[in-house]
Amino acid sequence: MELLQVDLPHLAPDFSGFGPGSPVEIPHGTTVLSFKYRDGVLVAGDRLATEGHRVASRDIQKVFSTDAHSLMAISGAAGPCMEMARILSVELEHYEKMEGEGLELEGKANKLSQMIRQNLPAAMQGLVVVPLYAGYDQRRKTGRLWKFDITGGRYEETDFEATGSGGLYARESLKKSWRPDLSPEEAIRAAVLALTDAADEDRATGGIDLERRIFPHVKLCSEPGTDDASDADIERLYRDILRERSNGGAS
Amino acid sequence: MSMPFYVSPEQVMADKAEFARKGIARGKSLVALEHEGGVLLIAENATTLSKIGEIYDRVAFAGVGKFSEFDALRKVGVRYADTKGYAYSRLDVRGKALANAYSQYMGEVFTREMKPLEVEVIVAEVGDDRLVGHEDNALYIVKFDGFISDHRGFCVIGGNVDEVQGVLQSEYREGLPLGDAVRLGRRALEPASGGGRLDATSLEVSVLERAREGRKFRRLSAEELQGMLDA
Repeated sequence: MELLQVDLPHLAPDFSGFGPGSPVEIPHGTTVLSFKYRDGVLVAGDRLATEGHRVASRDIQKVFSTDAHSLMAISGAAGPCMEMARILSVELEHYEKMEGEGLELEGKANKLSQMIRQNLPAAMQGLVVVPLYAGYDQRRKTGRLWKFDITGGRYEETDFEATGSGGLYARESLKKSWRPDLSPEEAIRAAVLALTDAADEDRATGGIDLERRIFPHVKLCSEPGTDDASDADIERLYRDILRERSNGGAS
Repeated sequence: MSMPFYVSPEQVMADKAEFARKGIARGKSLVALEHEGGVLLIAENATTLSKIGEIYDRVAFAGVGKFSEFDALRKVGVRYADTKGYAYSRLDVRGKALANAYSQYMGEVFTREMKPLEVEVIVAEVGDDRLVGHEDNALYIVKFDGFISDHRGFCVIGGNVDEVQGVLQSEYREGLPLGDAVRLGRRALEPASGGGRLDATSLEVSVLERAREGRKFRRLSAEELQGMLDA
C-alpha cells in the first residue's frame, strides 16, 4: 500500500471522493464468522451481496486466503472490502519475497489494522470495511482470530466471532454449538448451522440455495495450511440440519 | 594548469568490462536446467545468503557476483513483478519483460557509472500446460553490460562457465526427472569447485514446479536435497 502510494499513486485505491448521502448504492457484504477448533481456526461466510433492498449478487466471495496460513472474511461495502483483501495478500507476498521469510501472524493482523485505519475517511462516508482476520500461528502452534472496528482497532478473540448484519444471530448460534475441541467435521457443521440461523433471521444474509447450488464458503486453516470445505460436505451437513429441524417441528 | 589525459571510449569500455569480469570470475557458478517437472536452479553456496530467489508465480531469479548488487536487482525485480501483477493480472508478469528491464538497467549503469555492476543474473520462467500460449519454459541471462541472451535446456553463469558448460553439453538430455537433474547439476558444478564432492550443505537448490498452482517457486530443504543426491 505504501509502495503504491509513493511509487504509483494512480494505483492506490481512494474512495474518499464519495460525498455524504451519495446517490450511488454500494453492494454490502453480510454474515461472516470465525472460530477456533481443535486443529486451528475456521472462517466462513454467506454469498449474498445486497444494494439496499435489491440483490446485487447471489454468489460473491467473502472469505479469502490472504496467504498459505491466514484467512480474511469481509463485511461492509463489497468493493473496498475485496480490494483490501487483495492488497493485503499482495502485501504479505511482497514482504515474504523481499525479506526471505513471511511476517508473523500478529504482524499480518497489525498490517491489516493499519490499512483499515487509512480507510477511515471513506468509512465516515459509508464505505465501511470491518473484516475478520484469522490464521494459524506457527510459532505458538495455535489458531488465532481478530475482529476490527472502522478506526483500525484490533481485538483478538479467544473463541469465536461473527460480524455483518446477521452476525448477532450467528454469534447466538455459535454460543450453543461451539466447543474449543471441535473436530474439522463438527466445526464445519457448527459453521453451516450458524450461517443457516443467521440467514433465517436476517434478510440480507444469503441462505444455502439448493436450487441454484450456491453454498457458503467455509475455509479451515491449520498447521499444513488452508483448506476449503467441499460443497458436497456442506450440502450433506445442511440436509442433516434440515432433517433434525423438521423432525423437531421447527422450520 | 593540468589537462586531463585523453582516454579513448574503447579503452574505457574495455577497462570496465575487464573489471566486471574479474569480479564475477572470483565467484562460484550457478546452473539453470529445464527438467521434466519444470526448471531447476542449482548453485554452489554454503552460506545462508541466497543467490536464488522467487520473483513471481512462474518467474525466478538467480545472481552471481557481488551479493549486495544482485540482491538489490532481485528486490527491484520483486517490486516490478508485484506492482505489475497488481495493476494488471498475475498472468501478465512474464520473464522476458523482466529480463529486458534488467538489461536496460544494467546497460545504463555500465555506460554511465564509473563502476559497472559486478554481477550476472538468470531470469527463469516455467511454462504452464493449462495456459494456451504460455506452455514453454524460458531462460535468460543478463550480463554486467546489459547483454541479454536466451537459452534452451540449460544455462550457466559465474566463475567457471566453460568447465560447467562442458559437463552439461555432454550429459544434458531433455525431460530428465528432477532427481537426475539435481545430480547432473551437482556433477557439473563439482570440477569447477575444486573437484570435491558437493553435499546438501554446500548447495542451494530451488525449483519452479510446472504442476504447482499459483506460486510455483519452491526451495528444496537440506533433507530433501540430500535424499535426491544419495539416490
